[in-house]
Amino acid sequence: MSIFVDEYTKVIVQGLTGGQGRFHGLRNRDYGTKVVAGVTPGKGGSDVDGIPVYDGVAEAVAATGATASFVVVPPRFAPTAILEAATGGITFIVCITEGIPAQDEALTYNRLVEEHPGVRLLGPNCPGIISPGKCNIGITSGDIALAGGPVGIVSRSGTLTYQALHELSQQGVGQTTCVGIGGDPVPGTNFIDCLSAFQDDPETLAVMMIGEIGGSEEERAAEWIKQHMTKPVVAYVAGVTAPPGRKMGHAGAIVSGSKGTARAKMDALADAGVHVCANPTEAGQKMVEIVKAL
Amino acid sequence: MDLFEYQGKQYFARFGIAVSPGGVADTVADAVAVAEDVGLPVVVKAQVKVGGRGKAGGVKLASNIDEVRQHAESILGLDIKGHVVRRLWIEHASDIAREYYASFTLDRANKVHLGMLSAQGGVEIEVVAEENPDAIAFLQIDPVVGLDVATARRWVAEADLDDVAREQAAELLVKLYVCYTEGDCDLAEINPLILTPDGRVHALDAKVTLDENASFRHPEWEEYRATETEDPREKMAKERGLNYIGLDGTVGIIANGAGLAMSTLDVVNQVGGSAANFLDIGGGANADVMASALEVINTDPKVSSILVNIFGGITRVDEVAQGVLEALERVDITSPIVLRLDGTNAVAGREILQPHLSESLITESTMLDAARRAVALASAASA
Repeated sequence: MSIFVDEYTKVIVQGLTGGQGRFHGLRNRDYGTKVVAGVTPGKGGSDVDGIPVYDGVAEAVAATGATASFVVVPPRFAPTAILEAATGGITFIVCITEGIPAQDEALTYNRLVEEHPGVRLLGPNCPGIISPGKCNIGITSGDIALAGGPVGIVSRSGTLTYQALHELSQQGVGQTTCVGIGGDPVPGTNFIDCLSAFQDDPETLAVMMIGEIGGSEEERAAEWIKQHMTKPVVAYVAGVTAPPGRKMGHAGAIVSGSKGTARAKMDALADAGVHVCANPTEAGQKMVEIVKAL
Repeated sequence: MDLFEYQGKQYFARFGIAVSPGGVADTVADAVAVAEDVGLPVVVKAQVKVGGRGKAGGVKLASNIDEVRQHAESILGLDIKGHVVRRLWIEHASDIAREYYASFTLDRANKVHLGMLSAQGGVEIEVVAEENPDAIAFLQIDPVVGLDVATARRWVAEADLDDVAREQAAELLVKLYVCYTEGDCDLAEINPLILTPDGRVHALDAKVTLDENASFRHPEWEEYRATETEDPREKMAKERGLNYIGLDGTVGIIANGAGLAMSTLDVVNQVGGSAANFLDIGGGANADVMASALEVINTDPKVSSILVNIFGGITRVDEVAQGVLEALERVDITSPIVLRLDGTNAVAGREILQPHLSESLITESTMLDAARRAVALASAASA
């Protein structure tokens, strides 16, 4: 099994007619994802390589029965696109857009929670989700993932998500689902949402978690793992050598004072019984060991 | 982007928040002119983006023009924790009856806005939080609902601000919230927020951090950008849209994505090296961005090897490879380059580089091997 998506998930792409939307939307379809429609206001009635384009989400949903959306539009339009997806009947939204103002993210997140409680947002500023062999929504290169499980991956960093997939696939260890939650200050889906879904998924037998400096999501996840998680977890936290007070690319990645350090996060995770590793390669090797011993 | 105090106060003023009359001065003569303009006594304040400037002698009261001259002379050029003072803010000195603290920031754990208000201002809020947490009134604000003056009134009462200050403070807090939200701040902090003996409430300091993702709707931020960083390489990188942070080591780092860049720093450190910088070329970087990144790193004299760690997703590895070749044509890259390329279009990328590989252009197949190689090259160069 997989979490959040499966081989039946029908996906629309908001922004399919743009450069990135076309490239990744078609790549997702080539992977086998059921990409059933595109949405671009003003371009309804056209198509992108045979995929019909609609003016609005509601119209696309009515015509195709899609339940998931891949939002790939510029930052100033992304909040509106996300809310339009929710209003239009989509229940799982993946937004890869990087550079959305934090105020807009906070507002959009709370409006979703209050007005569309059944809708899950993944991202923004995330690589998306891939359930190998079934569904790939986002910008992850499908060929680095390996179907068949038994590992679930959840990561706050985009490129480190690929690194984690790669480390496992090269050793012949497959994944059930790999979720990139993104490094922005207000992620729609957090570590605990994914850990909890993996805990409930019978085919996921172990979980790899990739964190980074900033915030306290890793510490909260550690607390949750301590109380609820029975499956083994391997973790890596990026940014041990990050200097305090400097934003490391992501709006979220900053060590403020003594808070948000990689060390504090690693200590909290180790205390919760997680196998904490020093780099992605070591984390991959540890996971291979664990899977072989299952 | 962090603002200087004077910029923060100017930003506050845009939103109708009361601040002391004052002006900036880059020379002693300017300082005297501003002091005469705003009226004595004045406070001469060093403009540096670091805390503890009062203790370092960067904030002084002047009751006559001679003292203004003296203080301006001693503070300009002063080194405060590595920050050299080049600009002063001269403002009319306020009589202070009480000092409060107020701020808005994002409560990331609860995904709402967080207001902090205390009747014990003028000291570091971290110290208050540690020693007397009850002295801070926290207010969680749903961004959908916002902050109205009725809520602000309850809040100032809860924080136990003096009766005479409450109504003005409540109104000021609503303005500060608007500044924080509509002004796209990551942090809007006033410490101290003062009550004067004649019963007026206003901001005596300003700490503002702007969210650069919102630059597209704030053309007025352009002036802050000019004074943002003194490091020439950080300036150059910024102009080219790169996330660059200078560090002290010898291995220049280029990676795509903040996480991978941070991880590359960590791994270089683990194999016995040290990074000269953090540089994230971001998602979707093309050949031109890659070439710019190499150019920026090439201007750093400390760098003796360059490690390029790319895992393509939205970034296409063939574009990156093309950028490396373009950079080699455009500029004389003085350090050897070690590349590790994986992900989207990686095979095509490696093929592009294949005919150009040499002792100074090397590919490795894993992140760890690439780090080891780059560190070995850097140590060989310094030996």
